[in-house]
Amino acid sequence: MDWPILSLLIGFPLVGGLLLMVLPSNEDRLIKISTLWISSVNLLLGAWMWWRFDTSNPGLQFVERMPWIPNTPIEYSVGVDGISLFFILLACVLTPICVLASWNSIKEKWKSFGVAFLLLEASMIGTFSVQDSILFYLFFEAVLIPMFMIIGIWGGKNRVYAAYKFFLYTLIGSVLMLIAIIVMWQVAGTTDIQKLQNFEFDENLQIWLWLGFFASFAVKTPMWPVHTWLPDAHVQAPTAGSVILAGVLLKMGGYGFIRFSLPMLPEASEFFTPLIYALSAIAVVYGSFCALAQDDFKKLVAYSSVAHMGFVTIGLFGGNTEAVTGAVYQMISHGVVSAALFLCVGAIYDRRHTRQINEIDSLGKVMPRYARYLVFFSLASIGLPGTSGFIGEFLVLIGVWKSSPLFAILIASGMVLGAVYMLYLVQRVVFKTANNAELANRRPITDLSLREIAYFVPLIWVTLWMGIFPSTFSKPVEQSIASEQIIAKQITAEQITAPEQITAPEQITAPEQITAPPAPSLQLTTTE
Amino acid sequence: MTTLSLLAVFSPFVACLMVGFGALYTRRRLAVAVTIAGMVAATVASYVLFLQQFTAPIETTMPLLQWFHVGDFTLNWALRLDTLSIVMFCVVNTVSLMVHVYSVGYMHHPEELPRFMSYLSLFTFAMLMLVSADNLVQLFFGWEGVGLASYLLIGFWFQRDSANKAAIKAFVVNRVGDVGFALGICFVFAFFGTVQFSEIFAQVETLDGAKTTFLGIEWAVADVMAMLLFIGAMGKSAQLGLHTWLPDAMEGPTPVSALIHAATMVTAGVFMVCRLSPLFEQADVARDIITYIGAATALFAATAALVQNDIKRVIAYSTCSQLGYMFMAAGLSFYSVSIFHLTTHAFFKALLFLSAGSVIHALQDEQDMRKMGGLRSMIPLTYFMMWVGSLALAGFPPFAGFYSKDAIIEAGYVVSNLPGTVGFYTGIFVAFLTALYSWRLIYMTFHGDVRASEKVFSHVNDAPLVMIIPLMVLAFGAVLSGVLLADYFIGESSHAFFGSSLFVAAERADLLERIHHVPKWVKWSPVVASALGLIIAYMLYARKTTMPQRIATQFRPIYLFFLNKWYFDELYDAVFVKPMKQFAKWIWQVFDTKIVDEGIPGTSSKTVALASRLSVYIQTGKLYHYAFAMVGGVLLLVFLLLQ
Repeated sequence: MDWPILSLLIGFPLVGGLLLMVLPSNEDRLIKISTLWISSVNLLLGAWMWWRFDTSNPGLQFVERMPWIPNTPIEYSVGVDGISLFFILLACVLTPICVLASWNSIKEKWKSFGVAFLLLEASMIGTFSVQDSILFYLFFEAVLIPMFMIIGIWGGKNRVYAAYKFFLYTLIGSVLMLIAIIVMWQVAGTTDIQKLQNFEFDENLQIWLWLGFFASFAVKTPMWPVHTWLPDAHVQAPTAGSVILAGVLLKMGGYGFIRFSLPMLPEASEFFTPLIYALSAIAVVYGSFCALAQDDFKKLVAYSSVAHMGFVTIGLFGGNTEAVTGAVYQMISHGVVSAALFLCVGAIYDRRHTRQINEIDSLGKVMPRYARYLVFFSLASIGLPGTSGFIGEFLVLIGVWKSSPLFAILIASGMVLGAVYMLYLVQRVVFKTANNAELANRRPITDLSLREIAYFVPLIWVTLWMGIFPSTFSKPVEQSIASEQIIAKQITAEQITAPEQITAPEQITAPEQITAPPAPSLQLTTTE
Repeated sequence: MTTLSLLAVFSPFVACLMVGFGALYTRRRLAVAVTIAGMVAATVASYVLFLQQFTAPIETTMPLLQWFHVGDFTLNWALRLDTLSIVMFCVVNTVSLMVHVYSVGYMHHPEELPRFMSYLSLFTFAMLMLVSADNLVQLFFGWEGVGLASYLLIGFWFQRDSANKAAIKAFVVNRVGDVGFALGICFVFAFFGTVQFSEIFAQVETLDGAKTTFLGIEWAVADVMAMLLFIGAMGKSAQLGLHTWLPDAMEGPTPVSALIHAATMVTAGVFMVCRLSPLFEQADVARDIITYIGAATALFAATAALVQNDIKRVIAYSTCSQLGYMFMAAGLSFYSVSIFHLTTHAFFKALLFLSAGSVIHALQDEQDMRKMGGLRSMIPLTYFMMWVGSLALAGFPPFAGFYSKDAIIEAGYVVSNLPGTVGFYTGIFVAFLTALYSWRLIYMTFHGDVRASEKVFSHVNDAPLVMIIPLMVLAFGAVLSGVLLADYFIGESSHAFFGSSLFVAAERADLLERIHHVPKWVKWSPVVASALGLIIAYMLYARKTTMPQRIATQFRPIYLFFLNKWYFDELYDAVFVKPMKQFAKWIWQVFDTKIVDEGIPGTSSKTVALASRLSVYIQTGKLYHYAFAMVGGVLLLVFLLLQ
């Protein structure tokens, strides 16, 4: 008999977290080791699932179904396909890393911290594996609670403000999504995601449903202009919180678009494509400029996430296999690279107790190993070929060019700006070197410890692997995308290979249509 | 052949990995030995391949691994082997080997050597990947890899602030070009459905007459495509507009400058245009623009070189100027001439740079020519090498530059339209300027009074053997590469030699033949111009040494204009850098914080403030309860709705 592997993946950290509660709270070491063990075993379970995953099968695998609430179509059903596979793995990989990263930097209430993290892991994996829309909503929301605690309890000075901001922004979005899910259930008579994807909703209804989902996913991604909770949340969150936030939580928005908006509401998605294009292009340029202006290391990385997520959203709505696969690839890559960058911020914060870029320098001299890692991940973030960042960005660029060269040019500017803010950062913290006399006066700091190396090195390998042999990751993703009608139906007609058709793609996003959507929101800003 | 080509491309990479990441990092001698051995292997393999091209030419693609496959987009890691790539192997590996050997003597601090040598090998490998690519994306991989390695090497002495700034500038300016290149790749893929060279070349005919509409204007597909790709070439090859990084790249150690200028970076753009010659042949307008930009760059850089005082900067602008020549040739459809000049230039420019390095080494890191002078008798070998290099650069027969530069100027004469004429006259005039600044450098550095301080001057010694041997090898190339290769590159055997790796449209196929039948005055005018330049330099800088000062005072605005490199840096600073910084500050501090955060989501930001004020009463531990209460409420809502 097949093991219920997905239920195990969700259940193991959940039960582990509950068991952790009974341990005495003063036994810090025991609690840390137990948390690490539980999350590591879950990582092995995840690896086993990947091993067993049939890459030639684009459909759902490891499906489990069980009736849940009587008299309703709501079921406990889980399954995994090529798209969700890597998000689940991302959660599995990052949780033990976060535990290691918090080993010494979380000083109080380690028990609650461990419990929160394990519950967070369970709900993240749940979000990416459930196949029922109501259940999806529950897990999607459940993620908020531990995250709210992590920011609110172990965060920085303004943690309470940041935690509430994070909570309220996401919650308000989610309520609208809940309404959309319930309306869908009423109309289609099912809550099963697969069935909903095959149901054809009325076009006018689609528009409203799409907006409901959009409210939630746009906040989560985050898209411009509802991104402002992100820098605050990141800056206040402890290192581990930022890592999970950037590494996994942000991907839930993109995942939502790809599971709900695109396949269930194709006509509405097509209708709103110009809006998404415009908001994404703004996010890329705007996020990059904001990153350029930062004096805070962590905020810089946070704003760079906004810019990278712009690539993701534009790719998801790009309308061809290259763009959508590139967008998913970019999400996975960003999950690894930005997580690593936040770990870098954490490592330096633990030593210097500051995140101000102008208070950190000479790292190339005093922490050569750290410096090498930071330079590596910065280059991956810039999207240097050979690293994971390149593949996603480039596929998105290729795909977007097919549908609108103008937008390809706009988002390509992000490639230059990205190089500017990352290299400027590296110059200031790594290369700028204080003179010897000044260095001698400072409290000496040590280079990375074995514990830190242990989590940086695997991330480096994954980044290179994704850059040099991307097929391992792109093949399952692409197959599932192809089988799930994510790419709107009209696309086949639009494909441009012959010269005489080359003018066709621009019609989707002719300039006048493009500039129209953001106008109301801009007016809104000025009137207030 | 498989083994040979793998050796030629990958041995520098293996050496780089062993030294950069292996245990060799701390073992200096072994690190040096490994990287040099890697380069020797690569160089020998390239020459064996090169010699084979004369007897049994190969033109093939060697697939290595699948890289990625998404949608219609398929890519392999592969090596394309044909005359063009093998010629580039030889050029890159020879210069790089010489630079590797030279660096052992040049770098003062032995503990820096392993890092330096592994970067040099990485640089070489990236360039080899670039020239051996069989598709645009692998080319882009090498392209960006070269950018990365140059970033690391220019900023090698990272304790120097100026080195850091120069490194960032090099990377970012190149990135601007790279974006153009990347968009060009997108366009190629959207149009042809492939990025594989062979498949693109098979269907270039479809470009004929194809139009696309962008921003309401109709464009010829071929020209737009070629121009996007050429923007990339402008960045890498430092053409006017995107050239600003090249002179600043002098902040790197001198061997790096030699490598960047001769073989591994700036030639990438020229190579790319030649590699894509079937595509560029379809783009008539783009080719004209390339010729004009090449001519403008040649002229601009030569005028800037005339007045610089830093010995490396003079040579740097000279590179810029010679690259202009190469693009002029490529723009006029003389791809083989372009590659010929690239090859000869690699030898004499590496020679000049390494000789300059030898001067700098002798004077303990002094680079200002105003503090040199009178070194002729102190470092005679270097002096001699500088003469050889300059004679080759200025194009005096029978040195290498004579064959390749003359061919470019003759090409301008043969092509009778406007771009050709512009190329022809600019070519001759810049040849004059080239000789002028070359001998200005020689006279200022080696002749006249000693201007170095007593202390420095007393320590002046000629370079050690490990630095002199590379100079000799390169001098050998600077003298002989022209006369030996002329027949194969631009003569009667050219077509057979390059096979299908370079393509010229049928209506222009006879042009190459015609440059051998130009009138005598055309053939000799560049040489006369160069001789004139030499004589004037002699008059100004060796005889009447007060004259240059008087000329500079007389024509002060022009002098300042040239000295400040036509004010490009100031212009970019005012137009791009400063406004961008201000815009970034504004967009974040005003727009993001004041308008978006507080405005757009209605009152939510204020709600947050209110909520957090309420929560002051709640101790952190009790946040639990609050959170659970909130989600509990949501769950309740769900179940109410379910009823």
